[in-house]
Amino acid sequence: MDLNLQELNQTEFPVPAELENNIAITSLSQLYNWGRRNSMWPMLFGLACCAIEMIATAASRFDFSRFGFEVMRATPRQADLMIVSGTVTKKMVVPIVRLYNQMPEPKYVLAMGACASGGGPFKEGYNVVSGMDKYLPVDVYVPGCPPTPQALLYGMIALQRKIDGQSIANGDDVPWYGVSSAEPTPVPVLGPDIIDPRQMDMIRRQAEAAAGDISSLGIRDLPAATQMVAARVAADATAVADATPVSEDALSFVLPSGGAPWAEAEDIREKRRLRALARKALRASRRATVAEEE
Amino acid sequence: MDQPTLAPEKQLDATTVDEAIAYLRAEYADAVTLDDREGYGGVIVQSNRLVDVARAIRDDLGFDYLSSATAVDYLGAGDHLEMVYHAYRTSGGGSLVFKAQTDREQAEIPSLVPIWRGADFQEREAWDLMGIRFRGHPNLKRILMWEGFHGHPLRKDWREAYYEEDQKPFDNRWPGGQVYRVEERNVFGKNVTYPPDIDLGRLMDSSETAVYQSLGLGVDVERIMDKDGFETNELVVNMGPHHPSTHGVFRMVLTVDGETVTSLEPVMGYLHRNHEKIGERNTYLHNIPFTDRLDYISSMGNNHGYVLAVEQLMSLGRKYNPPTYRCEALRVMMVELSRIVNHLWAIGFWLNDIGAFFTPVLYFVQERERILDFFEAVAGSRMMCNYMRFGGLFGDLPERLKSVSNLTNDRVRDYNTMQFLTEMINERIPRTIDELERLLTQNEILLERSVGVGVLTREDAINYSAAGPLLRGSGVAYDIRRADPYSIYPELDFDIAVEDEGDMYARYRVRVAELRESVRILKQILPRLEATEGESIWADGKPGAYAPRVPHGEAYGRVENGKGELGYYVVSAGGRGGSANPWRYHVRAPSFINLTPMGIMSRGHKVADVVGILGSIDIVLGETDR
Repeated sequence: MDLNLQELNQTEFPVPAELENNIAITSLSQLYNWGRRNSMWPMLFGLACCAIEMIATAASRFDFSRFGFEVMRATPRQADLMIVSGTVTKKMVVPIVRLYNQMPEPKYVLAMGACASGGGPFKEGYNVVSGMDKYLPVDVYVPGCPPTPQALLYGMIALQRKIDGQSIANGDDVPWYGVSSAEPTPVPVLGPDIIDPRQMDMIRRQAEAAAGDISSLGIRDLPAATQMVAARVAADATAVADATPVSEDALSFVLPSGGAPWAEAEDIREKRRLRALARKALRASRRATVAEEE
Repeated sequence: MDQPTLAPEKQLDATTVDEAIAYLRAEYADAVTLDDREGYGGVIVQSNRLVDVARAIRDDLGFDYLSSATAVDYLGAGDHLEMVYHAYRTSGGGSLVFKAQTDREQAEIPSLVPIWRGADFQEREAWDLMGIRFRGHPNLKRILMWEGFHGHPLRKDWREAYYEEDQKPFDNRWPGGQVYRVEERNVFGKNVTYPPDIDLGRLMDSSETAVYQSLGLGVDVERIMDKDGFETNELVVNMGPHHPSTHGVFRMVLTVDGETVTSLEPVMGYLHRNHEKIGERNTYLHNIPFTDRLDYISSMGNNHGYVLAVEQLMSLGRKYNPPTYRCEALRVMMVELSRIVNHLWAIGFWLNDIGAFFTPVLYFVQERERILDFFEAVAGSRMMCNYMRFGGLFGDLPERLKSVSNLTNDRVRDYNTMQFLTEMINERIPRTIDELERLLTQNEILLERSVGVGVLTREDAINYSAAGPLLRGSGVAYDIRRADPYSIYPELDFDIAVEDEGDMYARYRVRVAELRESVRILKQILPRLEATEGESIWADGKPGAYAPRVPHGEAYGRVENGKGELGYYVVSAGGRGGSANPWRYHVRAPSFINLTPMGIMSRGHKVADVVGILGSIDIVLGETDR
């Protein structure tokens, strides 16, 4: 990856023509990102079928070292990028979250293939997590089953483009420079089914509400969706017979009355977006002032 | 463990399967009855006499190889659980199928581990997924799900969180249904209710401690005096599920004395993707792309086993045309190319494991890419070919191979297909094998690392139901292509690769020999393809039904895949006109069962050798965990 000075030299400050190959004036962010994007170290970490295509991408024919990805690290402590290459199962998501927590910032997650993006063909399975983003923040999704090596390379280039757009000045882009300590992602627990600790409150409230009908640990109850389907297929009466109906009250805990659970997150995202726009406008106006002064 | 003993005075081990069944019915009249359900075969054994009958089957009748042991839930069709065993003779021939039935509520069947150690993991799987207790099993714990998981998911009345209907296609999608996504109705993907005093800390223990407790560890660590009278502890080493040398998300828990392994416990299920539950919901055709994702290195071979099983069932019905000759020839060609891919990959990654990190792989992957290009041009996908159909194939060979998606590649490709194949089979692949042998077969480091390491004796290999190169590397000349032939293998000229030593090096030699035999088969396929040029791949000239109805019955289709015997046990509960969905769809996975002897093979070796031994078994996790 040659340092192309002309490309890096994107400020308005003029560089004399005879020094163009020796001197570039650029922003710190740009230089910093240039270094980061071209030395992404993925974790040596394969889950399923996609891992084979990931290995093929690493091998001689496709060779992702051309883009600075070649140093695959078996330890999370030295990795920048987690390529989630395959189906995430409930049993496996526990070590995955633990590995993610062990990676140093700045870190990125690339969901490779249909399974890691949303469960894929195995979504309905009882041991399958429908997408890595249920637990970890995913930066790039690569579709395919499995994605071809070309598609994976494209996803990696997309990640590089994402890094290009980040700015040291922006605390939202680079939380690892922030003053607050980063909280690790809570590790899921394997109980009667997988339990996401972030949903503990919800589970407890739900359990308390249902306590009147059901008391013993882990009675497998038919979900609401099943009941709706089952009601339509009324002919299958025997199967519906042992289903305990989920009361409206219990459901109201699943969907809080204040609206969808993600409404708050939407709100925060919108605020962030507005702040970023304001900053951008400020920068533009400053640049305009500088130009005027000249 | 009592060893198999032959009983030559009875001359029973040379009888046909029918004679063997007649013998069992005469000898154990009170315990053995014929399975006379429509489309079923074999015998049903009273479960209290199961161990005696199994011993007679092994010792008297000579069916010394237990290929598959699996459970079926007949809810609504007798309301019992049933264990189905397929036993074979290592001298070849068909299967003796015997079954044991048990009540659904108090499901208990005697364990066959004392007779066949190969039943160990399979019985644990039946306990895990079906909830059958095996009396006398040495280590009856969950194997694919975690200890503490609620319920036995393969039971017919157990429903997953995203359950919609019992069978596809779902009403809401087809035809003209109101499409919704199931997670919109079950936002958190939960179908378990918890007690109000749920305590996170208490739940946290169950899955992990169970793993260590089975080794007797974590509770009371054994103290050992070393030779200088120094008191040491045995150490527990946990490898995986995230480890560069476990070939995926496989985990081993070892105890070591110094650096010597004293015991090893494989822990799996980290890629348990519920193939069998999903397979029961799917239509028969739906399952073909799912088989691709079992052993994702050799998807063509997986397709083959499954279509064989379903074709067996379909042949019980009236409207069924067997595949044409060209179709069979194409199937064999694809499967043999897959085997080459598989063995190149296996040898390459085994070398990774014993220290030749990644350089040899690059040489082998080069040839693999070439074969994958061919697969992509023919089937549309590099890895997940989804190529075979019941009674036919997805399509014939194209006239020319063109690069479709390969836009980043160095050159644009456009070849005549037969010319490409001829060049690949006659020149490129043999050249790669020669290169491989030149670099490795007499390589001093490789010999040092692999000769005498990870020995599996002939008797153990059979008793532990080992399959494929693991079995043949231990001196058992058992190859399903010869022992229980299918497709057009009987008319092809090839030898079974076999080595007697049973160590890592023997397995390597078997794989290299099989590479050469595959090339030999492919060379015989080429003229057959040329001779059948223009012939249809479908018996009646047009593709088979989109949603075939399969008649009532059971079938066990098995093929010799790269990693060993791949079997599909398919049960169809079709009434009149047949069913569109399998009642039971079980995969006898070689990668799974071949891990059963991992413990005895590793004992006494160093930790670094354990990695090599695992590599020499050649597992792929998609198939191990399913």
